[in-house]
Amino acid sequence: MAETFIALMAQGAQMLLVLLVAPALAGLTRMVKARLMRRQGPPLMQGYRDLLKLVRKEAVVADNASWLFRASPYVIFALTWVAAALVPTFASGLMFNWAADVVALVAIAGAARALLALAGMDIGTSFGGLGSSREMMISSLAEPAMLLVVLTMALVAGTTRLPAVADFFIAQPLAIRVSLALAFVSLVIVALAENARIPVDNPATHLELTMVHEAMVLEYSGRHLAMIEAAGQLKMVLYISLMVCLFVPYGMAPADAGVAAWVLGGAFYVGKLAVAAAALGVWEVSIAKMRVFRVSEFLGVAFIFAFLAILLSFLTQEVLH
Amino acid sequence: MDQSAYAVIIIPFASAVLLALLPGYRATARLNVLAAFATFLAGLRFLAVDRGVDQWFIVDDVNIVFIVLNTLVGFTAALFSASYIGHEIETGRVTVGAVRFYHAMYQVMMGSMNLALLANNIGLMWVGLELATLITVVMVGLYRTPEAIEAAWKYFILGSVGISLAFFGTILTYLAGQGALGEGVGAMSWSLLYANAAHLDVSLLNLAFVFLLVGYGTKVGLAPMHAWLPDAHSEGPTPISAVLSGLLLNVALYALLRFKMLIAANPAAMRPGPILIVMGLVSLIFAAFMLYRRRDIKRLFAYSSIEHMGLITFAFGLGGPLANFAGLLHMTMHSLTKSAIFYTVGHVAQAKGTQRIADIKGLSASHPGLAIGLGLGVLAICGLPPFGVFMSEFLILTTTFARHPWLALLPAFGLVVAFGALLLRLQSMLFGEPNEPNHEVKASSIPFALHLIIVLIAGLYLPGALVAWFQRAAALLG
Amino acid sequence: MNHAYDVSHFLAGLMLVASFALLYQDRVLAVLRTFALQAIILSLAVAWEAWAQDRPHLFITAALALGLKGIIIPLALHRMIARLGIHRDVEKVVGVGFTMLIGLGLTALSLLLILKATAAAPALAREGLAIALAIILLGLLMMITRRNAVTQIIGFMSIENGLILGATGARGMPLVVEISVAFSVLIALFVFAVFVFRIRERFDTVDVEALEQVRGDK
Repeated sequence: MAETFIALMAQGAQMLLVLLVAPALAGLTRMVKARLMRRQGPPLMQGYRDLLKLVRKEAVVADNASWLFRASPYVIFALTWVAAALVPTFASGLMFNWAADVVALVAIAGAARALLALAGMDIGTSFGGLGSSREMMISSLAEPAMLLVVLTMALVAGTTRLPAVADFFIAQPLAIRVSLALAFVSLVIVALAENARIPVDNPATHLELTMVHEAMVLEYSGRHLAMIEAAGQLKMVLYISLMVCLFVPYGMAPADAGVAAWVLGGAFYVGKLAVAAAALGVWEVSIAKMRVFRVSEFLGVAFIFAFLAILLSFLTQEVLH
Repeated sequence: MDQSAYAVIIIPFASAVLLALLPGYRATARLNVLAAFATFLAGLRFLAVDRGVDQWFIVDDVNIVFIVLNTLVGFTAALFSASYIGHEIETGRVTVGAVRFYHAMYQVMMGSMNLALLANNIGLMWVGLELATLITVVMVGLYRTPEAIEAAWKYFILGSVGISLAFFGTILTYLAGQGALGEGVGAMSWSLLYANAAHLDVSLLNLAFVFLLVGYGTKVGLAPMHAWLPDAHSEGPTPISAVLSGLLLNVALYALLRFKMLIAANPAAMRPGPILIVMGLVSLIFAAFMLYRRRDIKRLFAYSSIEHMGLITFAFGLGGPLANFAGLLHMTMHSLTKSAIFYTVGHVAQAKGTQRIADIKGLSASHPGLAIGLGLGVLAICGLPPFGVFMSEFLILTTTFARHPWLALLPAFGLVVAFGALLLRLQSMLFGEPNEPNHEVKASSIPFALHLIIVLIAGLYLPGALVAWFQRAAALLG
Repeated sequence: MNHAYDVSHFLAGLMLVASFALLYQDRVLAVLRTFALQAIILSLAVAWEAWAQDRPHLFITAALALGLKGIIIPLALHRMIARLGIHRDVEKVVGVGFTMLIGLGLTALSLLLILKATAAAPALAREGLAIALAIILLGLLMMITRRNAVTQIIGFMSIENGLILGATGARGMPLVVEISVAFSVLIALFVFAVFVFRIRERFDTVDVEALEQVRGDK
């Protein structure tokens, strides 16, 4: 009984952790970018303040908006939060880990994206349609690459359940694996595309014609916008957690460790998130945004890398066994 | 291993160095002929040398045939080249500067071909063949016209791809032998591989043979990898066409045959015979039909080379002592006859100032000597008695008929088709009113006459020693 | 052994990625840089084999690959391109996406082929050969689908890179062969350099398409 309670608390703690850390992560990236450009930039906590501000504001909705427009933000937020909460962060044996299957997570994220695209088209503005169609083009190229990465992990680790994959890699001796390296690069490219980061999309742009993600949410305001912003930040946490869990899971507490191990695992996890966010900031400052037509080539590279990762891991397995 | 065997390699390379240093065209031309003659004498030495094997080189009945033939044609081609290039310089078709390294490259080519023929180490054989290929590529582009450059480029691309695939096949062969022979230089020697053929890894050997067939087959000119051949023959200088047809194709075939012997000696591996038969027939019939549409005289005879190499490959694919003997005989006869034809054609082209068949008319009136030469050469290559080509073609057809009667129809059909095309073109060139221009040509008829006399004699009477020698080689070929 | 295999597999995989990168580029200078990168990776791979298989003479091959193909040849070609004013763009016969897909197919094909045929060979040789054949086929693909003469040269050189990789994987292949491969690369470059000059004399472009006035049916 006490054990179930502790397990439930642990899972709840993970859910809260990802929720609370999301705006800070986005803020960290913003701060790193600003400091690198020799600006002061908004402080780290600004993300929380922005969300609070938005929640308190009135939500202005267009006359011809349907129920979809009003319901989407909440559903999208819920889906993304569920997906982010399922990825193992500080421990790999939490209560709902039977549900933490990578393919399921990809599907959930896909559902959220589809809803967002629909909501973008709902009002009928041209920019909304522009953003939705671009988003769909990008995701139609990114999804296959993502699934191939998942397949690589499944081939190497023998399972698609994230906690099992994490445990598998923690138990492995340190080794150079080129297929994992290629899968990692592919996942990074996919993550950049899905999270609307440079070079695929500029999150800070004000020019509608260059927008992809922002164009879809142009019509949102108030609490709806707060939900969507939070969902976007959670999506970034989701992808970074995924990368961390799949490729650098060291420091994660095993299934039945005590609270102390969990706290330590949590500290490791937050540290890795911070490193990733800072690296993202550095990256965004160094690279220019691509033309939309080149994005397909860029994602094609991700696909090729993921495919090569599979071929090479297949080769290794055949040759060594 | 008899030390004098190395002379055929050392003489050409040494003279190449000398020729590269000398200026002036006439001196180098004479020196070239001298070096080729010395190499020929060294080649004749092989008739009396002991068979032997060491880690790098091998002398056995098979490659002695090739070496003697190689050095002979190399010598006569050098003779022909001496007079031909002089005319080209006079007419301004090529500059003295461009010719400067021509003779040196000629000797390097001969040396590397002999290296490939003598090599026991399969890697060394590959090196010799690649070197010879690259040198001929440069020489094909000698005239620097757009067509010559394109021909040389095409030759280079196709040749290099072939050479790369052949090298991959060589690596695979080495790996196939690792179980039985271990590692190191010794494991790459053909004689050891052949001795242990039954213990080689079968799947690796099969894969290796496929790569080697495609790779070296490109250099033999087997369809569908023949595309470089017509261009290289027609756009390069005629001595090079003669050398390509008479020599390089043979050396590539030799390499192919070595590996065919290897895989044939392993009972579990795939049979190389049927594949060689099919490729040979395809080349033969394809080239025979292509002869009808040729409008350039050198291209015409280039396709004739493809056709005959197809026939030779067919014969070797058939296997068995009689077919192998016929194949060896036909290869010899073809080399001699085809190079003789090119010697004549070269002078015809110089006399008329063009290579277009439509512009060459009435040779029997304007240049009777050349007309006789061309006529005899074409009649010889068509397979008319009493020339030697008739003898070898007859042998091939009868062997095929004895073993697979229906199969014999195909090469016979191809030969008849080719016969028709060549006679048609010959007729239009020899007879009729001569047209302008008509240049004077200082033709040396020695190379041509020498070759044709040998072919004629072979058609009438094959000395017993020669027959015995070829039979020994045929027996080895399996 | 596993450690040794991991590193050589890693380097071979990187070479394969470099081959794909060669197919991806659409500027000649970028192609040169990528080729230099592939040569450097090759020299690392060969050096690692030299250390792992305890065959010090392979270090010479590694040095040759680095010096010749990693530095000298790209520099020479760079100079040639600058001097002759060659087209900086690579024109393609088929689009990049389609070429890459064909490349993936060829890679899968070569893996399957070699794995089936070499069931009895040691692991390192199998892996080296499989990737080598893939690199060779990709180099062939590059030669076929690019119109620029310089990229055809680079395609051929990447084929030779693949061959050297395969040869080092095969245990015990003697030094003579390796030096010969390097030597013939030099000859090949000489030949090509001469050609590019002559092509430039005759045409204003190194576009191979311009060479196609002479077809085979005269």
